[in-house]
Amino acid sequence: MSNLTVHNVRGCSPEAICNKRDALSVGVEPVNERAIQRIRPTRLRATILFSILLLISVPAFAGLGEDVSSVPADQAHMQGTLRTTQTQSYTVREIQAPTGIVVREYVSSSGRVFGVAWQGPWPPDMRQILANYFETYRQAAQAEVSAHAGRRPLVIEQPGLVVRSGGHMRWFAGQAYIPAMLPQGVSPEAIR
Amino acid sequence: MKITGMNGTRLLAASVATLFAVGCGGGSPSHPNTVTPSGSNSLTISVNAGPGGIYANGAFASVTVCPPGTTPCETIPGVLVDTGSSGLRVLSKALTVSLPQQKAPDGNPVVECLPFVSGFTWGPVQTADIQMAGEKASSVPIQVLSDTDFPIPAACGNPVNSMDTLLALGANGILGVGVFAQDCGGACVSTGPSNPGLYYECPASGCVVAGEALGQQVQNPVALFSADNNGVIIELPAVNAPEATVNGSLIFGIGTQSNNALGSATVYATDANANFITTFNNQPYSMSFLDSGSNGLYFLNTNITGIPVCPPPNTPFYCPSNTQNLKAVNQGANGTGSGTVNFSVDNADSLFQNNPNASVFGSLAGPNSLAGFDWGLPFFYGRNVFTALEGRSTPGGTGPYWAY
Repeated sequence: MSNLTVHNVRGCSPEAICNKRDALSVGVEPVNERAIQRIRPTRLRATILFSILLLISVPAFAGLGEDVSSVPADQAHMQGTLRTTQTQSYTVREIQAPTGIVVREYVSSSGRVFGVAWQGPWPPDMRQILANYFETYRQAAQAEVSAHAGRRPLVIEQPGLVVRSGGHMRWFAGQAYIPAMLPQGVSPEAIR
Repeated sequence: MKITGMNGTRLLAASVATLFAVGCGGGSPSHPNTVTPSGSNSLTISVNAGPGGIYANGAFASVTVCPPGTTPCETIPGVLVDTGSSGLRVLSKALTVSLPQQKAPDGNPVVECLPFVSGFTWGPVQTADIQMAGEKASSVPIQVLSDTDFPIPAACGNPVNSMDTLLALGANGILGVGVFAQDCGGACVSTGPSNPGLYYECPASGCVVAGEALGQQVQNPVALFSADNNGVIIELPAVNAPEATVNGSLIFGIGTQSNNALGSATVYATDANANFITTFNNQPYSMSFLDSGSNGLYFLNTNITGIPVCPPPNTPFYCPSNTQNLKAVNQGANGTGSGTVNFSVDNADSLFQNNPNASVFGSLAGPNSLAGFDWGLPFFYGRNVFTALEGRSTPGGTGPYWAY
């Protein structure tokens, strides 16, 4: 099973919401990006076909802790929703979904996603953006809910994973990061 | 009683003890701070441990539901009053009357997956007449919370965990009386990539995301009242020390009766996402909000506030070494309206340990996401807080807004 397929299976059930929350990858908003390369007309047809396949099969970004190279580089260029900004110590890849959900992934110079942030009218697919950390997150969230009745932000502070998630109906925002992977000199508050 | 960091056995024992205490009128019977309800548009609310016996800072009310146009009806106690959501949601196990299932045009049952921060609710959309005080809303789509009536789609579980049990919800239901008339709104009407995937059709072959017309979505019942339908007021007494229970009112309508005039309250407009601006230490946070369904004052985090969180298991709360008296400024999203809020943060460990029979804590606080301030129920103590529905006219202007 290819890496691409693994993403898809993890992110959604095939009969249901796949094309909804995973639609983070299916954008309509034009972007003005240095990351976007001009597509040559001769390649256009093949490119469109290829991009459609990618839209269906993979998310537009790597999840927390993953290597950004796990996403084919061309795919990012073709989304029309991806905005990449560069700082001295990391790269921010911002994905705007048609649902209004915005996810930003923070990629270290070594190509690993050390943090993700999100905001929008509904939460993103947490399984997708937390990747292999989702189960840790789910268990910690379950433990917190069991220990304390009452609705409140969800804050998880473990040595290996920090998640701060809040909001209300029609507005959600949060951040998640791996403390040990924060580049030197980068504050967790930068992940937003 | 607030349960904090107990293991399952202690939790259960404490819950039973609390239920006993509450059932036997364990709270002070004639509370000096009680706001007496009056009028047909006034519903009594009570801040107490809730039907699960484990809640802190939860405001509960009784809601009567009936099958549309007929009987028998059922009055469900222990429903959380929530200005941070819209629509009535009731645990399937708390519902004894049979309500009709909403069906899509093709005849398939409609089921909803609704994300909250700490979990999701899942279950069928059914239709009920809703009665509260002297008000009635007819044929209202509500959500009946059940993990078992329809299988939960994998995608619905991704926000985190189901809240469809009394233990997880701490309430028999949620009465969403926020600024929105429906829970989802226009985004859920059409199918396609902009649909967030809340409403499903569930034929025998499995549940699939479907479009849901505005009028079919789970509705804020206040919006469907024949009168007093432009918003609500939550009135609760001031709380100067932890208490077992306090009573107050949920008043329907703004400026429609003698008991719901806006008076001198300041109007704070919300933005389209139901947020406004809170400024703290000269830093504005434009994604802040009032929410009676949040059970504390949740803001920023230790790195910004300097206030440490409690050691496990009370990490959702702040634990300063002594009381922190703080101030922030709230401002409408459109820049109009401004007012300073003075608030206190006490050590949550001490609050819980020193007041084992209390459920009302005016100084319970904790960290939030970076977005800003989540002004939960403690903010409502000692204030009359107006929530004006989107698009409805009031003496303070057209909603959505908050006023206090």
